[in-house]
Amino acid sequence: MSRKPKLYYFNGRGKMESIRWLLAAAGVEFEEEFLETREQYEKLLQGGSLLFQQVPMVEIDGMKMVQTRAILSYIAGKYNLYGKDLKERALIDMYVGGTDDLMGFIMMFPFLSAEDKEKQRAVIVQKATSRYFPAYEKVLKDHGQDFLVGNNFSWADVHLLEAILMVEEKKSDVLSGFPQLQAFKARISSIPTIKKFLEPGSQRKPVPDDKYVETVRRVLRMYYDVKAN
Amino acid sequence: MSGKPRLTYLNGRGRMEPVRWLLAAAGVEFEEVFLQTKEQYDKLIKDGVLLFQQVPLVEIDGMKMVQTRAILSYIAGKYNLYGKDLKERALIDMYVEGISDLMQMILMLPFSPPDAKEKNLDSLKEKATNRYFPVFEKVLKQHGQDFLVGNKFSWADVQLIEAILAVEEKIPAVLSGFPQLQAFKTKMSNMPTIKKFLQPGSPRKPPPDDHYVETVLKVFKR
Repeated sequence: MSRKPKLYYFNGRGKMESIRWLLAAAGVEFEEEFLETREQYEKLLQGGSLLFQQVPMVEIDGMKMVQTRAILSYIAGKYNLYGKDLKERALIDMYVGGTDDLMGFIMMFPFLSAEDKEKQRAVIVQKATSRYFPAYEKVLKDHGQDFLVGNNFSWADVHLLEAILMVEEKKSDVLSGFPQLQAFKARISSIPTIKKFLEPGSQRKPVPDDKYVETVRRVLRMYYDVKAN
Repeated sequence: MSGKPRLTYLNGRGRMEPVRWLLAAAGVEFEEVFLQTKEQYDKLIKDGVLLFQQVPLVEIDGMKMVQTRAILSYIAGKYNLYGKDLKERALIDMYVEGISDLMQMILMLPFSPPDAKEKNLDSLKEKATNRYFPVFEKVLKQHGQDFLVGNKFSWADVQLIEAILAVEEKIPAVLSGFPQLQAFKTKMSNMPTIKKFLQPGSPRKPPPDDHYVETVLKVFKR
């Protein structure tokens, strides 16, 4: 029996991608089972593996964990990426909450109609450049350290890099005007575990395409229209 | 200067209510500042106190905390309502996140367009009775303990009792078929700090009404 964490999700980013990032950043190898058919999903449901009938699900340390945030918090805690005390954890939680909200705008993107996609792209860029990036730019400027919290690499840094790269995929020059974030991006990208994750052949998933959307809709029977925020 | 946590939000439940519940359950007194006008909110943003330009805001232990989940995690950790180790914390997090998804449906209800209200209420009933309540019914039945995690009162218990009461306000008979949850509801409601919070005159806020919805739309209008 493998002791590696095992991830159950679609073969695409969605809500599992942040977990892939964090495990990779921590240098933890993991296995993946990709949901491709409704039957696979129903089998998981019937087997009682999905506490709230949902994925992501991660088998780790004898637990069948669900709820993305719970999974991420556990990994962060286990691999010392959660600060040194309650107050540092609070800062990390706040920062991750922000990047999570930002990535939420992007997560629904592939499911939108073509017309809504254009509107949403503008929303993503607007939120990134007027709400989220300025906050992190200021944090980094104010303390002048390499990492967001406690002068130590943490979950917050991994999550912010993930968010930056995702927004850049929507607008490649979005970091112009944010020199601290540009430097941050370069620094964090060159951390060995992250550098490895950013290379081709890693378990990082590509930008979601129509095939991914089709698979999700088919497996979850999620045929309703997704509306933009 | 008061050492009490200070909560800044509208005078209503919204995203702040779980924070009020958790502080109250922990026996912690707190102050509140209520946003009633757009000008008040704009001033907060201008003053730079809202990290992401949003409320809830909780000033606690020298920090200006935002992001509900971060605030709740901090309070849970500080007041020993977060389990005894990483694994218990993981269970609490899973349960709380699940309940939070259910609460999100309740949060959105008053803002549903009139023609969607009925459908959203049905959806709430369906999710509560088929997805969420059965999980906690089973957890309690399997270990036979009073509390959800580690035989000890935790954030998960507070979040669940809040959710049960909130759903019952919309669907009064929702707990029929869930005897463990009925017993849980009674037990939690009788815990001294929670009992006090459930009495009139506590900081607990009433169910959102039209006036509350109006205020939300007015204060956050862009």
